[in-house]
Amino acid sequence: MRIELVKRPQHSKLFSALSPFLAFGLTIVAGAVLFALLGKNPATTLYYYFIDPLTEVWSLHELAIKAAPLILIAVGLSVCFLSNNWNIGAEGQFLMGAVAGSMLPVLFPEFQFWIVLPLMLLMGMAGGAAYAAIPAFLKVRFNTNEILTSLMLVYVAQLFLDWLVRGPWRNPAGFNFPETRNFHSYAILPEILPDSGRAHWGFVFALVAALLVWFLLSKTLKGFEVKVLGQSPRAGRFAGFSAGRMVIFAFLVSGALAGLAGISEVSGAIGQLRPSFSPGYGFTAIIVAFLGRLNPLGIVAAGLVLALTYLGGEAAQISVGLSDKVVRAFQGMILFFVLACDTMIHYQIRFVRPQAAGAGETSHV
Amino acid sequence: MSEQRNSAAAPLLEVRGLTKVFGQLKACDAIDLTIARGEIHALLGENGAGKSTLVKMLFGSLEPASGEILWKGEPVTVTSPGHARKLGIGMVFQHFSLFDALTAAENIMLSLDDDTSIIEIAEKARQLSAAYGLPLDPYALVGDLSVGERQRIEIIRCLLQEPELIILDEPTSVLTPQEADKLFETLERLRAEGKSILYISHRLEEVKRMCDRATVLRHGKVVGHCDPRKETAASLARMMVGNDVQAVVREAPAANAARQPLLEVRGLSRQPAGPFSIPLRDIWLTVNAGEVVGIAGVAGNGQGEFFEAISGEVIQRDAAVVRLRGKDAGRLDISGRRLAGAAFVPEERLGHGAAPRMKLSENLLLSRFKTDAKAFLGGLGLIRTPVIAQAAKRIVSEMDVRKSAEDPEAAALSGGNLQKFIIGRELDRKPAVMVVNQPTWGVDAGAAARIRQALIDLARSGSAVLVISQDLDELFEVSDAIAVMHDGQLSAPIPVADATLERIGLLMGGADVAHGEHHGEAA
Repeated sequence: MRIELVKRPQHSKLFSALSPFLAFGLTIVAGAVLFALLGKNPATTLYYYFIDPLTEVWSLHELAIKAAPLILIAVGLSVCFLSNNWNIGAEGQFLMGAVAGSMLPVLFPEFQFWIVLPLMLLMGMAGGAAYAAIPAFLKVRFNTNEILTSLMLVYVAQLFLDWLVRGPWRNPAGFNFPETRNFHSYAILPEILPDSGRAHWGFVFALVAALLVWFLLSKTLKGFEVKVLGQSPRAGRFAGFSAGRMVIFAFLVSGALAGLAGISEVSGAIGQLRPSFSPGYGFTAIIVAFLGRLNPLGIVAAGLVLALTYLGGEAAQISVGLSDKVVRAFQGMILFFVLACDTMIHYQIRFVRPQAAGAGETSHV
Repeated sequence: MSEQRNSAAAPLLEVRGLTKVFGQLKACDAIDLTIARGEIHALLGENGAGKSTLVKMLFGSLEPASGEILWKGEPVTVTSPGHARKLGIGMVFQHFSLFDALTAAENIMLSLDDDTSIIEIAEKARQLSAAYGLPLDPYALVGDLSVGERQRIEIIRCLLQEPELIILDEPTSVLTPQEADKLFETLERLRAEGKSILYISHRLEEVKRMCDRATVLRHGKVVGHCDPRKETAASLARMMVGNDVQAVVREAPAANAARQPLLEVRGLSRQPAGPFSIPLRDIWLTVNAGEVVGIAGVAGNGQGEFFEAISGEVIQRDAAVVRLRGKDAGRLDISGRRLAGAAFVPEERLGHGAAPRMKLSENLLLSRFKTDAKAFLGGLGLIRTPVIAQAAKRIVSEMDVRKSAEDPEAAALSGGNLQKFIIGRELDRKPAVMVVNQPTWGVDAGAAARIRQALIDLARSGSAVLVISQDLDELFEVSDAIAVMHDGQLSAPIPVADATLERIGLLMGGADVAHGEHHGEAA
């Protein structure tokens, strides 16, 4: 028996609608098996994973804090991926956005004025965009593979940040800890509802960005250009669109949004630069982008789900004693099942019996 | 022995009630077909009539929903192309699947399952090519070969499997008349050896000349079996289309028309873009208002490169090399040339002329967002979906595009219907200059007649039309003058009254493509 994937003539509406739920269900089942094999009670673990974080208001705020960078980055990535530009380096753009935006409060701590925060946000976007421009330029000018260049630049950014906070930017009054000075109050992104929890305006930025990019992609000529060049580059060239300019555009948009996410995270949730302030948001955002089917509104939902697995993962680490490696594996399983189930939208599975007897009888020499 | 005699009495292939359903569409509806030993059997039908679906089921790449296939009287289930080959069914596809960078023998080796050595294969291929009059050097790189020679590789690859039934899908659509004649000789030799051939074509003259019997499909059903030699081309066309194909009417352009040059190409040269593309060498051409100029030539002689250069997908260094409506256009990109009044239809429908996974209305926007920006776009580049849907509907009804949904994806349409839409999309603009590459490639007789008539009507209404085609019948039908492209060079246009099939065929084969004498001369 052989299993074959056969392309459907039209994509299946049923599986389009069903696939996310199917994927989620399969993840739960596979997760339960994984937890049981690790000797944990699957029911309790899943409870801490998916239910417990939703039971308290402060914890919903934490959810928004985690979801904000994921959504911001993933929305930018959707523009890249739809236009067939494989920006894997959002993590680096996220870190460089944070570094660029932190220049003001770290290097000029005496400059305290209301304009500092807007400037920081703009500098963060510029920093992320500039860092994303490197793989974009290399792709357009030298036809390099953007997957490799953007990924390698992540490690450059991580080491650069590490050097900054241990060296020139280290807090002079910080007992030699590898971190910058604490941001002054004009450099802090305010909380949305300070009475009930810590969620900062980064979450609002994420929702606004998702709406704007959704509008861009689905209603405007620019969005049409993104999709045409992504789906059939030759038809895009026939239409008169420039593939090179699209590479630059997509990388700049996604770099700017990743940079905004970076500076929002630093000035909102943390208040200073630290060597490892990102739990890999830039990479998880790739999962979020595909989980949301590269649709900005879907990405909002997907970002919340993935944020829940972060919170749930922490809760499960504390309550059940799960390792954080298992948490990463669990996130990977989600992506795997989503992609597998989405395959069913365009393909159907066919079982083929191996051809044996019939062929032998009728052939002659 | 008795068994063999028994099976010899049965026809080689018999198909009973074969049906295939895609969604709600019955692509093949209870097809009956019998192929006897040693006959050339034609399969005729419009695009979307179910020919390819039927053949794919016979060759094992599609599974029938119901019905049975009898091979030498025994019911069989063909599970895969490999299985079909084992049974003795071979196929030569319309679009070749050969690697340019490998030799002919290496390409043949790739398709064989066993570990025959390359030397043996080359030797066998040489023997076969000598036996069937298909000259071929097994060690030649495919990239260096002409289309006719590539087809020979496909045929020899198929013959190596010693098939008893050979399926040929539109084999002459890429050949010069002389190459086609050679192919017919080969087919007749195969028939004399007792092999059967299923011959798919839309060229009725060929079918009449060569085939013993014909099966005609329409809308997935068999509408008749006949002896094509007793039919006329018109009666065969009538069976295929269901009503009379409207003859294309071409009146001579009005004598007193102002012969205003709308498209001028002045000394166009282009370096080859890749290892297997053709350089263009000093091409001169003028198309005047009111006339249709045809460019004939075997595929792969620079037509694609020429089209890209004229359309502005590739921009010229010197602005004066391409002129539109009397203005230099060589430095304009494709959008700029469209704004100057030109419209373009490329050869490839899916992936070049249209984005396969996008709806028809989106594909309308694809080539017209610049020229119709006022109607189709609002402020901020907002797309006005209802206006575009309306325009798409207008084109669909104007060109009689048949589709299964309100606004389907381009890939869901049959080739002919998509082509009607793509041509209609450009005609709808009433362009001053229209450049079409292979307007009716793989399009059925009814749709082709419609497209050709539309091109002639456009020219007669005062536009300049340039048609690049490998189909000589088509060029003779629509053109006022025909030029021939060979190895990146373009001959002087020959007025259609002076052009003969032989003369054009010789030029296509590369005989005296002299240029330089026609600089001042317009067709």
